[in-house]
Amino acid sequence: MTAPTRDDPLHDGPLDDAIEAVCAAVRAATAVVPVGGRTHWEVGGPAPAGTEVVAPAGIVEYDPAELTVTLGAGTRVGDLDAVLAASGQQCPLDPRHPTATVGGVLATGLSGTRRLRYGPVRNRLLEVHLVTGDGRRVKGGGRTVKNVSGYDVARLVVGSLGTLGVIVQVTLRCEPRPPASAWLTTERPGAEAAAAAFRPATILVQPGTTTVLVEGHPDDIAAETTRLDARPAAGPPRLPQGPFRGRISVSPARVDTVVAEATRIGIGAVGEGGVGTVHVAAPTAESLRAARAIAHGAGGWLLRETGGVGEVDGFGVALPNRAVMARIKDALDPAGVCNPGRLPLHDRPLTSVDPAAGRGFDA
Amino acid sequence: MCFPQSTEQLAAAVRVAARHDVPFVARGSGTGLAGGATPLDDALVIVTTQMNRVLEVDPVERMAWVEPGVLNLDLSRAVAHLGLHYAPDPSSQQACTIGGNVGTNAGGPHCLASGVTSAHVLAVDAVLGDGSVARLGGTEPDLPGYDLRGCFVGSEGTMGIAARVAVRLLPNPPVVRTLLLDFTALDDAAATVSGIIAAGIVPAALEMMDAEITRAVEDYVGAGYPRDAAAVLLVEVDGLEDGVAAQVAAITEVGKANGARNVRVAQDEAERALLWKGRKSAFGAIARIAPDYYLHDAVVPRTKLVDVLRQVYRIADEQQLTMMNVFHAGDGNLHPLIVFDAREPGVWQRVHDAGDEILRTCVAAGGVLSGEHGIGMEKRDAMGLIFSPDDLDLQARLRDAFDPSGRANPGKVLPRGSRCGELPRVPEGTWV
Repeated sequence: MTAPTRDDPLHDGPLDDAIEAVCAAVRAATAVVPVGGRTHWEVGGPAPAGTEVVAPAGIVEYDPAELTVTLGAGTRVGDLDAVLAASGQQCPLDPRHPTATVGGVLATGLSGTRRLRYGPVRNRLLEVHLVTGDGRRVKGGGRTVKNVSGYDVARLVVGSLGTLGVIVQVTLRCEPRPPASAWLTTERPGAEAAAAAFRPATILVQPGTTTVLVEGHPDDIAAETTRLDARPAAGPPRLPQGPFRGRISVSPARVDTVVAEATRIGIGAVGEGGVGTVHVAAPTAESLRAARAIAHGAGGWLLRETGGVGEVDGFGVALPNRAVMARIKDALDPAGVCNPGRLPLHDRPLTSVDPAAGRGFDA
Repeated sequence: MCFPQSTEQLAAAVRVAARHDVPFVARGSGTGLAGGATPLDDALVIVTTQMNRVLEVDPVERMAWVEPGVLNLDLSRAVAHLGLHYAPDPSSQQACTIGGNVGTNAGGPHCLASGVTSAHVLAVDAVLGDGSVARLGGTEPDLPGYDLRGCFVGSEGTMGIAARVAVRLLPNPPVVRTLLLDFTALDDAAATVSGIIAAGIVPAALEMMDAEITRAVEDYVGAGYPRDAAAVLLVEVDGLEDGVAAQVAAITEVGKANGARNVRVAQDEAERALLWKGRKSAFGAIARIAPDYYLHDAVVPRTKLVDVLRQVYRIADEQQLTMMNVFHAGDGNLHPLIVFDAREPGVWQRVHDAGDEILRTCVAAGGVLSGEHGIGMEKRDAMGLIFSPDDLDLQARLRDAFDPSGRANPGKVLPRGSRCGELPRVPEGTWV
């Protein structure tokens, strides 16, 4: 295995002592607020006041022949990328900022832009160690690439926004790095590009321009370029920037329309063709709400990612099957200490916002 | 037992069970191997085989809504004219239902690159324990809140019954190549598996068959498998032309470097189909050897394949049982197959003892209890081998939260005593 050297920021080996410290901190807390890289800090409901808990960082076990890696959830994605790259592998989490932690990416459940080829982030997590609200360390899933032993606790945890416990250690499925990759641009709409290209890594849709990332054998990339009437591009378009950002989820066929509608009213928008995600950035809270209206009109919804805390609701829709979700929350966190208020599971009033914690690093 | 023909009838059946406070058990074709769909005590068995329509196919979104009784292979056949297919392909795909696949989170040879059922289910309209119908998941990429769809898939009917399933369809790859590599030593075949992965290739499928099963299959199908091989690998790669050609060359090289006697690349679709027919007929082929078989399903880390296989053969020898191995080597998913004649006095006990020891061996090697068949009744009481009491308590709470009625297929997946405070009862070696 590729062992990080002593100078590396990454610990190499078991993290059980550090995890036991997390358990102790959780047992002492009345409200537990898991903190990663704070790059997605404003996603969801308001951050509650409480004891901030950090998961340990470091590689616990990495054998490239297994195509899996076990690590502390506090490991930064950029650090993980570096370890895997040294063995010709990758784990395509692809957060906007490499300072995001693996645990943070999993807790928010936000997939990267190569989802089209590599699947959603929920498909990456094989085993999870969670410190539940009562300070117990529990495990779900297993470390092998294939496993149906027991309930899929790993998938349950992805996107749970820290409301079921603190993700402390995870095993992720890795992928070989492709032999070559290239960014291409084409005037074809995203839906057409999605139909024409074979297993593209991503299709990023802007009005009038579609940018495609293709991965694989160099000769195949050349053939795909021809098939898509495309030409080489310098790189991906910048995802929309602005003080009020969100992520729209719609059926994949609606991406081109949603991007066009958002752009028309002055909202920056880049869609993921074949996936159904549209990244938007708005100049004002009101304009982010307008983007949300577009999402609802297309049968989808908008997750507020950053900006507008207290002005724009985190989700804008009721949680589907909220009663079932609330029962799960109550069953797994009966004292309600895990990140209260991050998900609108109950009608009871939310914990007040901690003003110091209200600003993320992402703006 | 009842055979609903619509979501409404299915929900009504669940409400009847509720009114009489009896458990209900979902059942598809009954091909499951872990007993998840086998009723215990007095239960209403709800069979979904008459809900067998493909409701909607969307070639642009590459998805389909289907009823739970649609057969796995029928779904792929129904969308073949669109150049699409449904990826999970259990060996029982001619007979098993999509609803059953959802229940067990079924796999198959082609799940190596594309993932098991959970990666291919977008949404489920589920009838819950109270007879209500809930849409779990959706066709949009993300939904707020917990991934109930992810929880439900693989829950073996203990969280409700799938009444409609939205599945992801994949485009057929432009180029597919299938290779048969044969070896004079099992270790060489296993080293080739590791070598292929180390070369940065994740094939579409990577299957291994040992000497006994290779001979049995060849006698049965005549696929041209070498009867004298210690092991064969069936490897499939797909994608675009040049990438596939490069992978075929690399796999051939890895095989030769590890002592492959011969590397045969199927020259046309007929030859490819024949090679696969051999693999998929393995369980039919063994009927020529003995009337009964017991098929296991466990996963070990890929790098432990050789060690574990050696121990599997030792266990068989000690119990004087015939053991064959045909399995998904690429993801370490072992399928030790014990072939026997149930009329032989005392044989069942030896089959059980061997199975128990195999499972413990796999777990000791860092493996898990099941890769694709599920826990059901068979491995319920082995769950404690890989999960702590706290882990099981969490799963029990999750199950109860999903189905407070407790009527959805009770007694499956979790051993008694999983809930904290529940009286534990751990029968020794009684998993069936």
